Amino acid sequence: MLSKRIIPCLDVKNGQVVKGVKFKGHEVVGDILELAQLYSEAGADELVFYEISASVEKRLLDVNWVNNIAKHIDIPFCVAGGIKSVADAAKVLEQGADKISINSPAIARPQLIKELHDEFGKQCVVVGIDSFYDENTGDYLVYQLTGDPNASSRTRYKTQQWVEMVQELGAGEIVLNCMNQDGVRKGYDNAQLSLIRRMCDIPLIASGGAGSMQDFADVFKQSQVDGALAASVFHKNIIDIGELKIYLNEQQVAVRLCN
Amino acid sequence: MIAIINTGCANINSVRFAFERLGVTPEVITDPAQLAHFDRAILPGVGHAKVAMERLKQGGWQQAIAEYDKPLMGICLGMQLLCEHTDEGDVSCLGMIPGNVGLLEVGELTSPHMGWNNLCEVKTHPLTKGLSEQQQVYFVHSFAHTPNEATLAQGEYGNAFSAIVAQDNYAGMQFHPERSAKVGAQLLQNFIDWQLP
Repeated sequence: MLSKRIIPCLDVKNGQVVKGVKFKGHEVVGDILELAQLYSEAGADELVFYEISASVEKRLLDVNWVNNIAKHIDIPFCVAGGIKSVADAAKVLEQGADKISINSPAIARPQLIKELHDEFGKQCVVVGIDSFYDENTGDYLVYQLTGDPNASSRTRYKTQQWVEMVQELGAGEIVLNCMNQDGVRKGYDNAQLSLIRRMCDIPLIASGGAGSMQDFADVFKQSQVDGALAASVFHKNIIDIGELKIYLNEQQVAVRLCN
Repeated sequence: MIAIINTGCANINSVRFAFERLGVTPEVITDPAQLAHFDRAILPGVGHAKVAMERLKQGGWQQAIAEYDKPLMGICLGMQLLCEHTDEGDVSCLGMIPGNVGLLEVGELTSPHMGWNNLCEVKTHPLTKGLSEQQQVYFVHSFAHTPNEATLAQGEYGNAFSAIVAQDNYAGMQFHPERSAKVGAQLLQNFIDWQLP
């Protein structure tokens, strides 16, 4: 049976892993490779690295650390940060990344998704979506450039509309980051994730809000997502990945047990 | 010495690094004339079968691979290219592994089959040494080889498919051993240790 994936997310800034709350006020967590090794040995199923300042600074991420990760890590990993073209993506994939994730550049130029799909295949192309729930209107809205609070802004898309569009353009996976939940550890947004799940035929990864082991069980059972991404609960040692896998297994969630 | 056949696909470094973690330094080769000088070879592959098969033909690899008599293993699309035919682009492949590759019928499940899944129906073979059915490996594919006499281990996603195959000196793994943690490392080590009868 296909396992549900547990995916630690490492936000990278100036060559180090950082973590912010609701995308603001970043603090340094540690060294990229050290954390990546720690998580993969603990049983992470996949790693995601976001070089958060790249898109905001209008540049491609630094591919040197990608190469270093590929040399030492034996689980799949996905890289994001300022990938705006097939040529940019090729540079990252050549260093050994398994997938690339695009977010703001896809909003600026949706055709990029199709170009990446045609060149590298669907399996390489992950689209990250930062979705904000507007309490006043009840709408889910797509935001961009969320790596910098000063640059972050609302886009012309509602989340459902954008999800449909990226699937049509050839995305192989969607990471849905529910911004209202990000970094506050009060659980995943199962209402939103379930809604998107029903309209999404490709793998869907939940992001934003993990605070307890039960939150993971809930998101897999209630929202039927393929994977759950989290950062602070792992960075702050609130949840041990090995223990989480054992817990989920007891909860009848299909997981990969490592030991 | 292990050769990695460079077909211009993107994951060559991942495969190379995985062997380096096992203390072996493979050489990436771009000329079919070099192949015969190596003890073993890997045919990696991601992307579209039609494009990859075209590149193999244009690069002159078809004959070099057919004449090679030492262990040669295809990974992911590389394995599919070793089979007889694939429905992806409806192309004839290298024909070293009996059987055809078709779209994996997944029913209600999401496609591609992406993530960690366990192996089943594991047969005894030098390539499956130390492998138990509970162990999981990392898959990313939407086409697959239908199990037959060459199948050493199966996977299941909507339908059963071949996860590991071998015929004579040719072998293939549908998943990515280079990205399958300790289990993958064991399987690559098995390939390094594989002695033909």
